[in-house]
Amino acid sequence: MEVLHIATSGSVDDGKSTLIGRLLYDTKSITQDKLEAIHAASKRKGLDFTDLSLLTDGLVAEREQGITIDVAHIYFSTPTRKYIIADTPGHIEYTRNMVTGASTAQASLILVDARRGIVEQTFRHFFIANMLRIPYLVVCVNKMDLVDYSEQRFNEIVAEFKQLITGAAFKEQHIVFIPISSLYGENLVTRTEKFSWYQGDTLLEHLEKIDIDPADARHPARFPVQYVIRPRTTAYHDFRGFAGRVASGHIQVGDELVALPSGKTSKVKTIEKFEQQLPAAHAGDSVIITLEDEIDVSRGNLLAIASQPPSSRKEITAGICWMDQQKLVPGKTYLLQHGVNRIKAKVQGIIHVIDVTNNQVIPDKKELGLNDIGTITLKTAQPIFADTFTENPGNGAFILIDEFSNATVAVGFVE
Amino acid sequence: MSNKIQWQFPQALEDEAIYILRETAAQFERPAILFSGGKDSITLVRLAQKAFYPGKIPFPLLHVDTGHNFPETIAFRDELVSSLNLDLEVRYVQDSIDQGKVQEETGKYASRNALQTVTLLDAIESLKYDACIGGARRDEEKARAKERIFSVRDEFGQWNAKMQRPELFDMLNGKINLGENVRVFPISNWTELDVWNYIRRENLAIPSIYFSHERPIIERDGMYWPYSAFLNTTASEKPFLGRVRFRTVGDMTCTAAVVSDADKLEDIISEILEAKISERGARIDDKRSEAAMEKRKQAGYF
Repeated sequence: MEVLHIATSGSVDDGKSTLIGRLLYDTKSITQDKLEAIHAASKRKGLDFTDLSLLTDGLVAEREQGITIDVAHIYFSTPTRKYIIADTPGHIEYTRNMVTGASTAQASLILVDARRGIVEQTFRHFFIANMLRIPYLVVCVNKMDLVDYSEQRFNEIVAEFKQLITGAAFKEQHIVFIPISSLYGENLVTRTEKFSWYQGDTLLEHLEKIDIDPADARHPARFPVQYVIRPRTTAYHDFRGFAGRVASGHIQVGDELVALPSGKTSKVKTIEKFEQQLPAAHAGDSVIITLEDEIDVSRGNLLAIASQPPSSRKEITAGICWMDQQKLVPGKTYLLQHGVNRIKAKVQGIIHVIDVTNNQVIPDKKELGLNDIGTITLKTAQPIFADTFTENPGNGAFILIDEFSNATVAVGFVE
Repeated sequence: MSNKIQWQFPQALEDEAIYILRETAAQFERPAILFSGGKDSITLVRLAQKAFYPGKIPFPLLHVDTGHNFPETIAFRDELVSSLNLDLEVRYVQDSIDQGKVQEETGKYASRNALQTVTLLDAIESLKYDACIGGARRDEEKARAKERIFSVRDEFGQWNAKMQRPELFDMLNGKINLGENVRVFPISNWTELDVWNYIRRENLAIPSIYFSHERPIIERDGMYWPYSAFLNTTASEKPFLGRVRFRTVGDMTCTAAVVSDADKLEDIISEILEAKISERGARIDDKRSEAAMEKRKQAGYF
């Protein structure tokens, strides 16, 4: 059974929570006691309808303020797929949570209120989904019931959206537009006569068809070593296995791999998963690799296919999303974590900061604070073996950690 | 919805959990598995076995024994530990009571569920654990839905929901200061059904109380409570024999039974697919208020 990760984002009044609630309800994924609890809580709040957002807003502060602060994870399944929704807040002050929730998604769901059309938040959401190179984007034009299910209004919004995204960096992103009414559950799981002019899929039909086969599978093989397994028991006296998860591509027994940073090469002897011996491993698989030769490999090293190794980089230009209260300090040394490898990195300078509401460089702004997105240059103490994020997202991202507070302060994309 | 296809376990979940366990072993000096004897922690042990095979599981198990456990759970725990040759540490809530650090609750709803947090935090401190691996899942409860994979706790074990570290892609940051510790949740993205399908696929042994059996129960607040010496009952609450099983395994004082004839894993899974009540609907400890879980987590509960 496959797993599809979806990211949704938006504010309370755009009907996102209702949409999620509806998906759960229509796929029979909420139990009666949970539904009754929400019904009772809605009543206590003096509402005359069942507020399905109470299902997703899990923290006391969120329920108090009626807003989503942090990412919530919601699960539902159909007979073919398991779905994981990362539901993130849409307000600008929670951009970092939006980036967090969207980083693992294969599909991004954007809601547009049919009455209001494209707003600032729509663009910010699109910008992040595009920056993260999420393969599938679904634009749900919601509240169609409030515009008389007007085909003309829908087409206007589609045209406006297409106009908006002409400058997008990731042009290959697959985008569909679906007219819906989440309040009445129309075009989510079930169809309605009211959309007779719409020939496309319902939301769930579309989600069911998305090709999950990870884009990473087409990229050259990268295997970050997490842990070296040396049992030193009688039965496994000389066993030395490299445990990790394939970050991109696929690896077969007999493939020639290069260990980085040492640059030594060897052939794959076995690929193992518990008591099984496998002929190959693919992006996403957690396995153990043993090599023909005794070469030096330890945690944090990268095993890469020898015919297409990543380049060695000490000077890095990277797109960055800043996630900490404390601003980025140029000249300061941070810890850079690329995959499972950590090294020291000094920020050389800020090239520019982007206005995520229009994808333009903000003139004269040369500082990166919480939720800011821009481009910086870094110099690392040892080389990292990254691909560019554009070429191979599975080996092209990193995080920055503040050595003093230990906080994860930024996510970066190698350019 | 066709039940037939729901027997499948999504393989990506196992790969993710193994990745997290390996990161935990690599990033921390003294990690441990919090083991309750329930199905989720049994799943964790299996995942750890697979993550490090043919090496040994590099984590000890820590069990906080409230003294109100189902005896079947304790018997199961000891058998698992000896068959896999694991290291087990047990800490007792009774000791915390005897030391005067906590007080037994009174009244008919008295349970040691809240008390065990103090015993747990003391154990983490004295055993110098810097990471505790737990079997909590995000689908269990709405505060848990907000939990990170690596959840940083301060010296008092407190969870600060508003100040969580962002987790990007699969990169995990376990850097902490001395005295702090991290709760690790490898099966965050699993649902109850995923766990059962995994137990079935891996053919794992589980405590007998998960299967239908006969035991004395009482009826209270529309639920069936296991009758035991630990439960404070009123004169009108008369025990009777019922054919039941447990969907979740906590203490005998805070876990309600469900009437069931399911005596095979397949029957349990079918039952869950058709259930109208959620898993934690049978957890009396969650019913105290809408934010019961969030409050306990802030206090260091796992």
